[in-house]
Amino acid sequence: MAEATFLDSTELVLNMGPQHPSTHGVLRVILKLDGEKVLGADCVVGYLHRGVEKIGENRTYAQFAPYVDRLDYVAAVSNGLGYCLAVEKLLNVEVPPRAQVVRVILTELNRIASHLVWLGTHALDIGAITPVFYCFREREATINIFEKYCGARLTTHAFRIGGLQYELYDGFEDEVRAFCKMFRPKVDEYEELLTGNRIWQGRLKGVGVLTAEDCKAYGVTGPLLRAAGVKWDIRKAQPYSGYEQYDFEIPTGENGDTFDRYTVRMQEMRQSVRIIEQAVERIPDGPIMGKVPKVIKPPVGEVYVSIEAPKGELGYFIVSDGSTQPYRVRIRPPSFINLQALDKMVRGGLIADVVAVVGTIDIVLGEVDR
Amino acid sequence: MADEQKPEGGLPPSGQPPEPAAPASKAAVPKPPAAAAKPPAAAPKPPAQMAVSAWESELTRRLAGQFGDQITQFSSYQGQNFLVARPEAVIPILDCLKLEADFDYLVDITAVDYPKRPERFDLVYILYSFARNERIRVKTMIAEGYQPRTATEVHLTANWLEREVYDMFGIRFAGHPDLRRILMPDEWEGHPLRKDYSIIKQDDRWVKESLGIDSAQ
Repeated sequence: MAEATFLDSTELVLNMGPQHPSTHGVLRVILKLDGEKVLGADCVVGYLHRGVEKIGENRTYAQFAPYVDRLDYVAAVSNGLGYCLAVEKLLNVEVPPRAQVVRVILTELNRIASHLVWLGTHALDIGAITPVFYCFREREATINIFEKYCGARLTTHAFRIGGLQYELYDGFEDEVRAFCKMFRPKVDEYEELLTGNRIWQGRLKGVGVLTAEDCKAYGVTGPLLRAAGVKWDIRKAQPYSGYEQYDFEIPTGENGDTFDRYTVRMQEMRQSVRIIEQAVERIPDGPIMGKVPKVIKPPVGEVYVSIEAPKGELGYFIVSDGSTQPYRVRIRPPSFINLQALDKMVRGGLIADVVAVVGTIDIVLGEVDR
Repeated sequence: MADEQKPEGGLPPSGQPPEPAAPASKAAVPKPPAAAAKPPAAAPKPPAQMAVSAWESELTRRLAGQFGDQITQFSSYQGQNFLVARPEAVIPILDCLKLEADFDYLVDITAVDYPKRPERFDLVYILYSFARNERIRVKTMIAEGYQPRTATEVHLTANWLEREVYDMFGIRFAGHPDLRRILMPDEWEGHPLRKDYSIIKQDDRWVKESLGIDSAQ
């Protein structure tokens, strides 16, 4: 055995996770290092695999709806929306306008909640301890609205195929307005803590760069793609649930680095508030449930429907054989596909940046592993 | 069942005999017609196929001209366009779509298992074009054991997507740089999303050796 000296620059393989505080769940990354420099990263996923797609084939369409909340559990409302839209497309059912507006409000509230979890944990990973307390304080306000609306806080199952199960509770509009009024200055508060901070900038700028070409090659979507300068958001490109009626912008970055992804997500929270403020003023009267048969039995066919989830493009490819159970449910998980670009983003960087990059991809392992 | 019967037995003494009687008779009446209606409903079942319409555009004409009978179908279902191609033509089609029609984003690759069909699997590639804001699907049918060519040479994202298809369906992609399982443990036997893989099935040997228990159920 050759004797190692401190000046040797041999490759070192370092195992990070699956139990590691900054991998945001049970993600294992095998890093190949040269000193502090990362030569490559290999992700090992699947620790949280529950066979959700298999379960979907063995449940009825309505029974499967609560399961999708357990994918990206910090954005359960988005998951439910995507699934409901896909089944509605198979059934060719129109959702009443009132239900659509309520769906938009709850989904955007959920986007804010998801981004707040990202911001708090991402800042915590990098060493800024304060923001996480602020973020979770405001997230609590959104969760309280979900709880009052449907009884659940996290895995909400807020929507049903064809519309909504529950009418709005008294004072919903006022609470949402109050939330918007309260939340708008809070985003400035987070930015005051972080954006101009020299350590924050030093840790994020130029780290984990992913260009627009890389994003397209790796199928990376969501804030990562927008931070690379691509102005693409499914809410604008192929609107669903009436998003075309709202006035909002798609924030983009220039450099595709971790700092740009941070600013893009901060802007997105402001845009979500803007959408909610418009939506809450125009909740129409009328039914909240479309004409959905008691037994959901879509005709033989297959559809792919995707939405702009907080993490990127969340798609459902559902095949119906004409029975009461889906023949196949494929979930296109944004976290899983974005995570594939980790190797590209950390290669050549420093080992400390791996933590920043894992945080900036904003993965939820429930969705990666399904 | 026992719980349901109890309130029924308790109702007549409470002084409302007509109400429980009415639903009981109603429930009894539709039963024979429902049973009688079932055979005719089952009879026209065989022609249950996707009610597709034709998809025709400048793009389909160009592809038809270039690939000829390699593409067997251009269809549209619920406003979503897809084409069905022979398995060996899929990668050239993806390449052509990427280079000449701006379909530069491979959204997803997945498979569907039809065990009774001679060509057992549907392999589905979902594509999107940023420039055209258009989404299409490329579909192909492959038999058990057929090894389709990998799409990683056209779209890097195919790497993990094909690993997942291999993991879940056992479809091996020829030329894939790193074809390992991705969600299931490496040593696991069987491919869970195949239709002949029961939902409660597990790899007993793996569970025993790795977890030291008889069953993970």
